[in-house]
Amino acid sequence: MNNRLHILLVLPGVLLVVALLVAPLYFVFLDTIPDLEHPFSLYEAFLEKGFHQKIIIRTIRVALITTMICVILAYPCAFFIARYARRFKAVLIVIAVFPLLLSPVVRSFAWMAILGKNGFVNDLLLFFRIIQEPVQMLYTEGAVIVGLTYLFLPLMILPLVGVIENIEEDLLDSAKSLGAKDIIVFFQIILPLSASGLLVGCILVFTGSLTAYTTPRLLGGDQAMTLSTLIYQNAMTLFEWDAASVIAIIMITLTILVMKIIGSLATRMNPDV
Amino acid sequence: MKRSGLVLIVSILLVYIFLIGPLVIIGFSGFNESEFLDFPPKVYSFRWFFRIFESDMFVSAFQTSLLISVLGATGALLVGLPAAYSLSRTRAKWRRSVLSLFMSPVIVPGVVLGFALLKHVVIALDIEVWTGMVMGHMLIMLPYVIRVIVSSLSNVPIEIEEAAVSLGCSNTHAFLIVVLPNIRSGILAACLLAFITSLNDGPVTIFLTGPGVTTLPIQMLSYVEYYFDPTVSALSVLLMLLTVAIMIVIESTMGLSFFTKK
Repeated sequence: MNNRLHILLVLPGVLLVVALLVAPLYFVFLDTIPDLEHPFSLYEAFLEKGFHQKIIIRTIRVALITTMICVILAYPCAFFIARYARRFKAVLIVIAVFPLLLSPVVRSFAWMAILGKNGFVNDLLLFFRIIQEPVQMLYTEGAVIVGLTYLFLPLMILPLVGVIENIEEDLLDSAKSLGAKDIIVFFQIILPLSASGLLVGCILVFTGSLTAYTTPRLLGGDQAMTLSTLIYQNAMTLFEWDAASVIAIIMITLTILVMKIIGSLATRMNPDV
Repeated sequence: MKRSGLVLIVSILLVYIFLIGPLVIIGFSGFNESEFLDFPPKVYSFRWFFRIFESDMFVSAFQTSLLISVLGATGALLVGLPAAYSLSRTRAKWRRSVLSLFMSPVIVPGVVLGFALLKHVVIALDIEVWTGMVMGHMLIMLPYVIRVIVSSLSNVPIEIEEAAVSLGCSNTHAFLIVVLPNIRSGILAACLLAFITSLNDGPVTIFLTGPGVTTLPIQMLSYVEYYFDPTVSALSVLLMLLTVAIMIVIESTMGLSFFTKK
C-alpha cells in the first residue's frame, strides 16, 4: 500500500489527539505567559508562596520514597516469580495484575479502612497495648506513601519479571561456580541485565506517584496535599485558573524531566538498553 | 544459598500479604452487619449490598459510567483500528512519532489532561457535559486500543494479506475477510482494557463531571469523604467480581503475560 493511504488511515486519530490534547495543552502553556515582557511573572507569583513550595517538595519526596520502596519490595519478588515459582508463577502474576485492574478508589478506600482511627492497624496496636489511644495515621504523608506503594507495586514487579525471565541460567550458574557471592551476582549480573525492566518500572511508579489524584485526595486530604490535589483545588474550588495552569505546566515538566533522568541513569548502568 | 532462599520466600510472602490483605479486609467489611468497618465482622449480612441498589446514587452513576465507556470505546476503536493497522504495516519515517503521539494521553498527568480539556475544549467551545465526558474518555482509551491492536496485528503475517490481494481481493476486502478475523481476540482484549481504564478513571473525569452526569468512581470518591460505612465495601466486592470476570476474558484472549511485557 502506498504512503498516502497509510497517512489517511492514521489521520483521524492524529487529529483527535491534536484537538483534544496537544492544542489544549498548548493553550494552557500560553495562559501561563500572559505578558511577554515578564514571561515568568505568574510562575514567580505561584512559587513565592511557601505553601506551594512545600507541596512541590512533598510531591517529589513522596514519589521518590514510593519508587524506592517499590524497587526494594519488587526485586526479590520478581526474581522469585521469574526463576523459582514454577507452577505458582501464573497465580503469582494473576494476583499482581488483579489490583492493577481494580479501581484506585477501591484500593485507596481499603487503606482508609486500615489506617483510620477505628481501623485495623489501630485496633491491633490497641489490642497489644502498644498504644493507649488511637493514633492519627490517615491524612499524613506516610499514609499517602503507603497508598501509592500499594497502588504501583505491581507496575514495578511485572516489568522486572519480564526481564529477569530472559537472563540465562548459565550466566548465574557460572558466576556462582566461579565463587561469586549472591550479592556480587546481583550487582554484577542481575542488576545490569534487568536495567531495562527496572527503568520501565521506575518511570511508571515515579511518574504515577507524581501525578496520582485519588490516593492523595483520600489518604492525604487537605493536610498532605500534592500537586494533583492542589491543581484540582485551584481549578474547581478556588477558581484560580492562572495558578492551576502554572501547576499543570510544572507537572508536565516534572514528568518529562523524570523520564529523561531515569532514562539516562539506565543507560549508564547498561549501555545496551 | 539456603539462607538467601529463605529470605526470598519470606519477603515474597510479605509482599503478597501486602497486595492481598487490604482487599480481603475490605471484602469482609462489605458483609458486615454493623455500620463500622471493623475487621473481622462480628455479624455477617447482605444489608449493604441491598443498600447499593436501594439508593439511585450508585446505580445511575454506574449506568453513566457504562454508557460513557461504551460510547468512548466505540469512538476509540473507529479511530484506532485504522491507525493501528497503518502503524503495523508502514515503514515510513513518521511511524515512530505518530506512535508516541498516540501514547501521549498515558504520559500526560490525568489531572492536567482533565483541566486542559475542561478549560480549552468544554468551556471554550461551550460543549455539553456529556459530549465532553465522552471525548475525554475516548482520548484516554485510545492508547490502549492502539497498543493492543498493533501488537495483535504484528502476529498476522503480511503475506496472507498479500496472497488475498494477488488472488483478486481489494485491500479493504482483504482486510475485512483475512486480517480482521485474525485479530478478533486482540480487538476484544483492547476493548476490555479500554473499558476498565474508562471505568476506573478518576483524575480526568473529575474535571468533566457536571450536574446529573457523574461516573461511578467519582460518586464513590465523594461518598467516602462524607459517609464512612460499608456501602462502598460492598460495592468494592462487586467491582472485584467484575474485575475477575474481565481478567478471565483477557487471559483467554491474549494471555496475562501481556502485562509482563512492555
